[in-house]
Amino acid sequence: MKRVPIISPAFLLSIGTIAGLLVIMQALIMTEIVSPYVVPLPSDIAASFWRVIVEEGVPGRFAVTVGETFAASLLILIVGIPVGLLLYRFGKLRLAFEPWLAAMAAAPLVLAYPLFLVLFGRSSLTIIIIGFTAGVAPVALKTIEGFTSTRRVLIDVGRSFRLTPAQEFRQILLPAALPQIFVGLRLGLIFCLINIVGVEFLINLGGLGQLINDLAERYDLPGTYAAICFVVCVSILFFAVLDRGEKWLQRRG
Amino acid sequence: MIAERDIATSVAPGAKPAPSGPPPLTVENVTKRFGEGPTALTAVDSVSFTLDAGEFVSVIGPSGCGKSTLFHVIGGLSDVTQGIVRVENETINGPHPAVGIVFQEESTFPWRNVIDNVAFPLELRGVSRSERHAAASHYIDMVGLHGFEKRLPSELSGGMRQRVSIARTLAAKPRILLMDEPFAALDEQTRLLLGDKVLQIQQQLKQTTLLITHSITEAVQLSDRILIMSYRPGRIKRIVNVDLPRPRTSDVVSSPEFGAIVADIWADLREEASRGLQESERGQG
Repeated sequence: MKRVPIISPAFLLSIGTIAGLLVIMQALIMTEIVSPYVVPLPSDIAASFWRVIVEEGVPGRFAVTVGETFAASLLILIVGIPVGLLLYRFGKLRLAFEPWLAAMAAAPLVLAYPLFLVLFGRSSLTIIIIGFTAGVAPVALKTIEGFTSTRRVLIDVGRSFRLTPAQEFRQILLPAALPQIFVGLRLGLIFCLINIVGVEFLINLGGLGQLINDLAERYDLPGTYAAICFVVCVSILFFAVLDRGEKWLQRRG
Repeated sequence: MIAERDIATSVAPGAKPAPSGPPPLTVENVTKRFGEGPTALTAVDSVSFTLDAGEFVSVIGPSGCGKSTLFHVIGGLSDVTQGIVRVENETINGPHPAVGIVFQEESTFPWRNVIDNVAFPLELRGVSRSERHAAASHYIDMVGLHGFEKRLPSELSGGMRQRVSIARTLAAKPRILLMDEPFAALDEQTRLLLGDKVLQIQQQLKQTTLLITHSITEAVQLSDRILIMSYRPGRIKRIVNVDLPRPRTSDVVSSPEFGAIVADIWADLREEASRGLQESERGQG
């Protein structure tokens, strides 16, 4: 397999596009076409990074948000994939519950945060449970889709080699469904992270979400945007891990 | 009812080994019906034939005659409504280890490279990685894919992927090779080349082979015998012995004898195909 170099034309294009947009933004704000009271100068945001890291305890907050996202993602993985498999295997269960899962995936569950607060208290557990609840449905749905879209002929190949049900699952169904399952995991992770940071913001507890809340209330706009960049870093970190995981599993067949 | 007519044009020296022991494959009075009551559809009706060891037999018929249904029944992938299929003397009730199947559809595992695809049946048997790769390399060479071992199926052409499927089936060392229109999705040139390759392998391994096809020239080029099926319900209308000399080089394929057999089969098949066309037009109307 050919390895894609890190500094590929695609990478340069993406970095160049972001840099170009930042330059345009800088120019628009400096000429006051965009109000500096709404969006701070990108140069001010860049300058505030170190200050926010040192003064606001970003490493600790980063770790809290990463930890909560990791715990919620693990729960999503442990529950979402088996639920998807169960609904794939049992048609009647699927008929009964798939529409509910689809509704759950589309619902703004973050609005139910007061209920979760009552149930689990103002703690990281609440944040993890809300992150899990928001991310589990797309994983289960995509798992069902992955298994049901496995081409019939591949299952027939397995049957022709007289695979046991466990071998059929391990050797054919799971690898065939893996790309779809990872699409679900990516979607689930997006929902999970949005909800975790959102709830941290709303209940003013924990990691980067709480930091964004604090900085926004102090009207520290460059700091607020810098904190948002740290959330993007969490997202990049999890997507990179997911990408590595998918490639590793694909290599193992 | 089987009406057998020999239209041999010459004797092929050593083409068919003399049968000894029970026939590798016996299909006895097999009927396959879908559904029940007045809407039931009989896809295959009272089909009987046997395959001798090392023999290459083709089943040919118009679309909708039940060829693929018969393939699934013989492969143990579908139950029979009536009748039995025996491999050697064993009645099958599911896929049999002696029967290797090559499917019409592209069936390589897209997540495995060529060598791991071919080594798949050996992996299931717990053969060590080095041993199964050595064995898989042998079959990869046999189908002419040396140098492509580490490629993924997505990096190969349709014809190459089908060769991977054939090599994977051969790696399981089946005593009977069952193929369902394995070249159907390929272009004419690739079909011809792949047909040659399959024939070469079949001769090399003395593999008993049953090929389901709708191509008359392919059937005549490859087979010792051709079973012509009628349009729905699928019955064996006629059996044609192809006693053309082997190897069936381009000289043989372009000979008047080859053309005569093709024309003779087409005369039978055209009648059935027309009937199928009329029925499907009536169905649409």
